[in-house]
Amino acid sequence: MFDFVARRSINSAHPIPQTAPAMIKTIVAEELPVGEKFEIHKNVIAGQPADGKRLCVVTGTHGDELEGQYVCFELARRLNANLSALSGSVEIYPALNPLGIDSLTRGFPTFDLDMNRIFPGEINGHLIENTAHKIIKDLAGATAVIDVHSSNIFLAEVMQVRVNIDSAAALVPFARLLNTDFIWVHEANTVLRSTLAHSLNSIGTKTLVVEMGIGMRITLDYGNRLVDGLFNLLAELGMWTGARPREISAPLLSTGGEVAYINADTSGVIIPAVEHSRRVRAGDELCRIVSPLEGKVLQNVRAPVDGFLFTLRTFPLVYEGSLIARIYSGQ
Amino acid sequence: MKREILFDLKSPYRHNFQIIGYRFGAGAPRAAIVGSLRGDEIQQQYICSQVVKNLAELERAGRLEPRGEILVIPTANHFSMNVSKRFWAMDNTDINRMFPGYDKGETTQRIAAALFDIVKNYPLGIQLSSFYLQGDLIPHIRVIDTGYQDLAQAREFGLPYVLLRAPTAFDTTLLNYSWQIFGTNAYSLYSGDTENINERTARQAWQAILRFLHRNELIRYETHDGYVSRVIKEEDFHHLTSRRGGMLRRRRFSGDYVNERELLAEIIDPYDGSTLDEIYAPARGEIFFSHQRPLVSQNTLVYRLVQYS
Ligand SMILES: [Zn+2]
Repeated sequence: MFDFVARRSINSAHPIPQTAPAMIKTIVAEELPVGEKFEIHKNVIAGQPADGKRLCVVTGTHGDELEGQYVCFELARRLNANLSALSGSVEIYPALNPLGIDSLTRGFPTFDLDMNRIFPGEINGHLIENTAHKIIKDLAGATAVIDVHSSNIFLAEVMQVRVNIDSAAALVPFARLLNTDFIWVHEANTVLRSTLAHSLNSIGTKTLVVEMGIGMRITLDYGNRLVDGLFNLLAELGMWTGARPREISAPLLSTGGEVAYINADTSGVIIPAVEHSRRVRAGDELCRIVSPLEGKVLQNVRAPVDGFLFTLRTFPLVYEGSLIARIYSGQ
Repeated sequence: MKREILFDLKSPYRHNFQIIGYRFGAGAPRAAIVGSLRGDEIQQQYICSQVVKNLAELERAGRLEPRGEILVIPTANHFSMNVSKRFWAMDNTDINRMFPGYDKGETTQRIAAALFDIVKNYPLGIQLSSFYLQGDLIPHIRVIDTGYQDLAQAREFGLPYVLLRAPTAFDTTLLNYSWQIFGTNAYSLYSGDTENINERTARQAWQAILRFLHRNELIRYETHDGYVSRVIKEEDFHHLTSRRGGMLRRRRFSGDYVNERELLAEIIDPYDGSTLDEIYAPARGEIFFSHQRPLVSQNTLVYRLVQYS
């Protein structure tokens, strides 16, 4: 009995190091109330020489965004297949919110704030605020951090990098390497100061946010393209001597004020008329908002400008105000 | 009293979402009182309903001062309350993190914009608020440190404490913050309870609001003077966090006075009942916040204590 109690203490070995290879590291291990530990793991793939360069790929802050799962798998698979071409280390964090991913919850269960609005964390708060602080400490000082998101369950997003205008000069050259269709340089917004990316950028750790696809799904094409982009970035950082991807797309680069938002004027159900990631002309129908009860069309939603449709709602129900699309109208 | 529909939004299948306001008196806007913005703020809405009831009685008795208008909005989110959700049910967004709102934006940005447009012209603003962590709190007034705050006026509620809080980036989206930035003297009233109605703390809260309106010469409502509020800051707290995860057995609660080294709570093993951790008071003082759920994770805030030397 006493033996059992002693082995259960917080400093004792937990299951992961016993069952997984040594390169799996645990960055957070905290007791949940009943018989379980909350753990965040990373896979450290170390090349030679260990020159201190470190690329971190993180995902799964939002438990309903799963596109990054394939990216983590495929990146690790390709690196392990040709490890001699790597120098420095690549660290893969597939689940910053493991309880959310495992329970199909966008946020951190038992905590109501968005996990990407609590950085740089708070030692004297909820478990997840304390955890946010530890995540920042673990990532700080990396050569670069790529934070992979996949929109939410409502909106499909073209593969894009999002960059705060305040850090655009430093980050856009890196963003161009990632093989995306689009780089959205957005306005500085006070609220976004509490994101992981902003917190890291503000302490000098270059962090890029990739948004792509849609929640609850994996879009294989985007995943493969981003992994190519990550190898392209590794090569550029001098960490990869293996084959460089043959084709890297030249993304559209937005600058402020050229993104049109289209929100629903009324509540109802949308019937789509176009697919996302394509050019539209002003006046093109994007969807209809209908009333199934009355069999009536309530609104024909049309593109207000010519441009590139990079965000499109796929979830059918809308309230007045629900975002339907975003169109980039620049060149 | 005038009952008025202040905002009307069509829903796919439910009744229209409406924000209802109650206006007392006439003339220039003087004080706005906003109740629940989240679906679990039942105590907050209850307090507002009691404010409406009392103001209606005072109006009938001729006890409104002819100095302008008081507006009470008991809820701006009954849609969530009726389906037992804390946030807007469609997209789980928090109306109280959307201010000052955007009338061409997402649904909850539009609700926030409409609400803010209505209440922003009132020189006095009171919001019935709840804490982002579940737990019980000492009734207090919270003022966000924007540089525009009036702490002397905050003490006119006569609640035990006035907490001055430095805003985080995320706090800039709160109604209280926008109110202050746009020139309203804004006060968040935390009554201590949220999803349950506690008659005792609710009465303390609505009486504090009436006392405040009386002291600002908007109504005539004689009552006792309440507390001489103590002004505190976040850095005045001792934060006591759990060193282990388990079941929380609390011995002391918010509002309790405790001595240094007094046992406040135990964390017990949920399988065998053994004690995993004990939480002691590091100093003499009053418990300001205590974790309420019986389950607690490791490294989680369990108590906040105001120290008295
Ligand atoms: Zn996300």
